[in-house]
Amino acid sequence: MTRGSTLFEKVWNAHVVKRFDGDRDLIFVDRHILQETTCAPAFAGLERAGRPVAHPELTLATQDHIVSTEPDRTEASNPEGLELMRLMRANAQAHGIRHYGIEDTRQGIVHVIGPELGAALPGTVLACGDSHTSTVGGLGALGIGVGTSEVEHVLATQTLLLQRPKTMRIRFEGGKAPGVSAKDLILAAIGRFGIAAGRSHAIEYAGPAIRALGIEERLTVCNMSIELGARLGLIAPDDTTLAYLAGRPFAPSGADWELAAAEWRALASAADAVFERDLAIDCAPIAPQVTWGTTQEDVIGVDQRIPDPATLADPERRRRSAAALRYMGLAPGDAIEGLRVDVVFVGSCTNGRLSDLEAAAAIARGRKVKADVRAVVVPGSASVKRAAEAKGLDRVFREAGFEWRSPGCSMCVSINQDVVPPGARCLATTNRNFEGRQGPGSRTHLASPAMAAAAAVNGAIVDVRKLAS
Amino acid sequence: MRAPLARVTGVAAPLPLTNVNTDAIIPSVYLRSESSDLARGLFARWRFDETGAERPEFVLNRPPFRRAAILLAGENFGCGSSREAAVWALQRFGIKCVVAPSFADIFYENAFRNGMLAAIADQAELAALIAAVEAAPEDAQVDIDLEKGLIVRGNALRMGFSVPAFRREALMRGDDEIASTLRHAKDIAAHAAADRARRGWLYRAIAPEGKSE
Ligand code: SF4
Repeated sequence: MTRGSTLFEKVWNAHVVKRFDGDRDLIFVDRHILQETTCAPAFAGLERAGRPVAHPELTLATQDHIVSTEPDRTEASNPEGLELMRLMRANAQAHGIRHYGIEDTRQGIVHVIGPELGAALPGTVLACGDSHTSTVGGLGALGIGVGTSEVEHVLATQTLLLQRPKTMRIRFEGGKAPGVSAKDLILAAIGRFGIAAGRSHAIEYAGPAIRALGIEERLTVCNMSIELGARLGLIAPDDTTLAYLAGRPFAPSGADWELAAAEWRALASAADAVFERDLAIDCAPIAPQVTWGTTQEDVIGVDQRIPDPATLADPERRRRSAAALRYMGLAPGDAIEGLRVDVVFVGSCTNGRLSDLEAAAAIARGRKVKADVRAVVVPGSASVKRAAEAKGLDRVFREAGFEWRSPGCSMCVSINQDVVPPGARCLATTNRNFEGRQGPGSRTHLASPAMAAAAAVNGAIVDVRKLAS
Repeated sequence: MRAPLARVTGVAAPLPLTNVNTDAIIPSVYLRSESSDLARGLFARWRFDETGAERPEFVLNRPPFRRAAILLAGENFGCGSSREAAVWALQRFGIKCVVAPSFADIFYENAFRNGMLAAIADQAELAALIAAVEAAPEDAQVDIDLEKGLIVRGNALRMGFSVPAFRREALMRGDDEIASTLRHAKDIAAHAAADRARRGWLYRAIAPEGKSE
């Protein structure tokens, strides 16, 4: 008897142009989004070889990584980034590619604008020269993060030559406790399974706790597939997905909507589908999570203490853990709650959407950021910024003492001017806590938007559930 | 076409750390411009202190490893972002091959696309090679033969490594992957046409004359 297919297999197989030995498939790419820091050499390569862009009409470009986030910015507000911004703009124009620069109402972080424009759709393959392209898996799209050579490959051929990943499922059982967010669920899973658990796999997130999430929360979960070591992560589309997509600029409409919706409803994994790895995590006991070290698996509940490297059996893990504590300026056995913070950053493709800002604003409302804390809110896109302002969230943040800035990657990657100073401790809603990620010597703790806002008004890491009640 | 790679002979530098991420390999400050000095940026935070002076204890600052052509690394090398500059920085420094027990997915792909060998070795055998090189740095010369799939140091140490056959052949021929794919342009066009017939809505939704433009 043949087994039914998984969601991943259905999407992947529909895009196979040709199979090659070594388990490689040539995959057709439905949508391609460019960002300014990884595409210039790709266009240069095309030019050298005299190759055209195969499908400019299926391609979008947006400025996000290196742009200034000053309130009244221009491209020149970050002089260091001008070269890359202008190169993408010129290349997009030369090849007839839509370009959403900082002056455009649709500009924003690639992984934020893909879903909100409806450029990412269930059952489609979307490529982008950025690892967190897996984000769009929250809509049931296959988001493939690629390097610059592959950006050139997609531009030239509208395909990718990829090793077929193995299938994996993580079921989130039970329901999440009040005050616990999607970010906490995925951080807890990374802590449980490790940062290499998903290597060479495409992960499907399933189970009642996932079904209960809104689309923006599902995007947060799929965003951090990379932090589980996977290149791909996705969630089956359902009524929530369809409701989110209806009326989006690049979503189908009218009779086309009916055709598309029928297809999307058939994408879910068959009940008897088999996954090469099948994991589960119980959500009920998960508390708000905070990372203490320099990889994302170094994570604990806010009510826990920092683990002692001496208790680890493996010498390499012991060494790594001790080095992480040294870098972070922490001691084994310290409580993570009560740790003073210098900077708080709310934003990024993990947590820069409207619901994230609402969660942070709910805590900030009527409170004040502690003196000596720099608290920064950067909306994930121009559209998120407008929506937040329409709801008065910018006022809530400003009155509480947060900076309200313009959309981009900002302090997540620190390749513009938004940098955490050396030695400073930052609670960030981003996805990477590597040494130096937010600037040389910066110390990053990853957590949810509500936890970030709570730390800002408390001056130290605190269990948000104590403030929310 | 890129230069074919069949053999790497040179100094092998030990960096037996687990989960070396792409932010460590090339910090983001080096991604701000097309003309950044990526060779200098390689492992910059580990190689240089805040004043820009070399940290003498870091392996690539010590002779003979300053002219390493091979990096002997730990598990999950290259995890983190998709930045291809991680591979470029290694190459600009002079590294032609990284040997590790395992690699992160995107780094692995990026390496081969740039003509760099990412060789997967048995953990115990690699540990022995690293120990040997650390014990006698003056004898850090290692020879890697792609055709035979062998890593050899002096007369005493021989070990295998794994690399998928198609990747090995592409490296040895110096294949340009785009040119190879474009040889299948007819298949791609046929797939696109069939898909357009089957899922017309997908193409109408983003057509330039579509509703949102
Ligand atoms: S917000 Fe951070 S993780 Fe997301 S795309 Fe930008 S730099 Fe990458």
